[in-house]
Amino acid sequence: MERAALDFWVGLFVIAGFAALMGLALKVSNTNGFGGSSSYQVEASFDNIGSLKVHAPIKSAGVVVGRVSKIQFDNKTFQADVTLKLDSRFAFPKDTSASIMTSGLLGEQYLALDAGGDSKNLANGDKIKLTQSAVVLENLISQFLYSKASDAPKNNSNQGAAAPALPGTNP
Amino acid sequence: MKSAKQNIIARVGHGSIDTIWSMGAIARFLLQILWRSGTSLRRFSLVIREIYASGVRSLIIIVVSGLFVGMVLALQGYQTLETYGSEQSLGILVALSLVRELGPVVSALLFASRAGSAITAEVGLMKTTEQLQAMEMMAVDPVARIIAPRFWGGVISMPLLAAIFSMVGVYGGYLIGVVLLGVDEGAFWSQMQSAVSLRQDVLNGVIKSIVFGFAVTTIALYEGYDSMPTAEGISRATTRTVVNSSLAILALDFVLTAFMFKGM
Repeated sequence: MERAALDFWVGLFVIAGFAALMGLALKVSNTNGFGGSSSYQVEASFDNIGSLKVHAPIKSAGVVVGRVSKIQFDNKTFQADVTLKLDSRFAFPKDTSASIMTSGLLGEQYLALDAGGDSKNLANGDKIKLTQSAVVLENLISQFLYSKASDAPKNNSNQGAAAPALPGTNP
Repeated sequence: MKSAKQNIIARVGHGSIDTIWSMGAIARFLLQILWRSGTSLRRFSLVIREIYASGVRSLIIIVVSGLFVGMVLALQGYQTLETYGSEQSLGILVALSLVRELGPVVSALLFASRAGSAITAEVGLMKTTEQLQAMEMMAVDPVARIIAPRFWGGVISMPLLAAIFSMVGVYGGYLIGVVLLGVDEGAFWSQMQSAVSLRQDVLNGVIKSIVFGFAVTTIALYEGYDSMPTAEGISRATTRTVVNSSLAILALDFVLTAFMFKGM
């Protein structure tokens, strides 16, 4: 084969290959994987993390602001210690609360941060004090049945007492 | 006097020594190629010719199979996802399975049977017709002149082919999922983008395909260089190339996946 034709086809192949790579990078994937950007770590303890996993997203107002980097069981307090890796572009007040939510009815679990009103911000190594555990579906159902059963004689009085025991149910 | 039991043990020992010996020979062969590839990198036109032979000529089979793999993934995935009412996630399913696994692995398997066997047959025939010895007689190093350019041609082509495979596959999935089955276009792309990460998924897929490129071309060249210089020898070497490199791809893929996606 002639040299010029050879060069042309190989050039076309290489350009197509790199275009495909660029396509995968730009069209198929998200570039903000929190890999290169700097981050800071915060801790939070939960009574029950449900099925939260390492690498689960941390969202505030629905936007991903970090990832869960470590989950450990504390044998003294019998709680789960979760280490949060937050993007350092985002700062949160010291009294921010963390709760474990589920995306959709049966979707994956993520950590939601609700910003507080403190003037100081969370720094590296700080601990989030206000936490809310994951909703375990079995507990929810049993509590619902229990409140239904106790509702039957006196109608409305128990409704208020049951509601705070069900975190994350109010819309 | 050897009993039957001793015979069996001896055969196992012989087989394992043979296997280890050939693995060592392949490793030494790879080092030799890397050591003597200076010429082919200086005279890059040699490598370009080989990229044409193994890369450009594999393009049609890669594009066609990528398209069909993507379309089948979308068809099959839609059936299952629809049961859970989550057919919006079709984009994630198609893109992740292509970028992480099917792109690198299937294109490497196709590359082994399309380009690897061709390399083995070519080098084997050169050995049979004593062209390699003739080069040595003329003080031309056959490893530097024949083997190394084919090696670099294959190693450069493989990741590009895998990327083309994945991209065409994603568009195949788009064609079936969005155009034919009516998944929402915005959800298809945006869910895909939020689930596929550049570093975790795309980069690991590229690393996989580079490793497969090394493995397939090394095995193909070794089998050709090591073949018996007869017609039957070439046919056996070609078969061994396809079988061994396919097994190597699958084994390497398992090891790489275990390391890459361990903590996911």
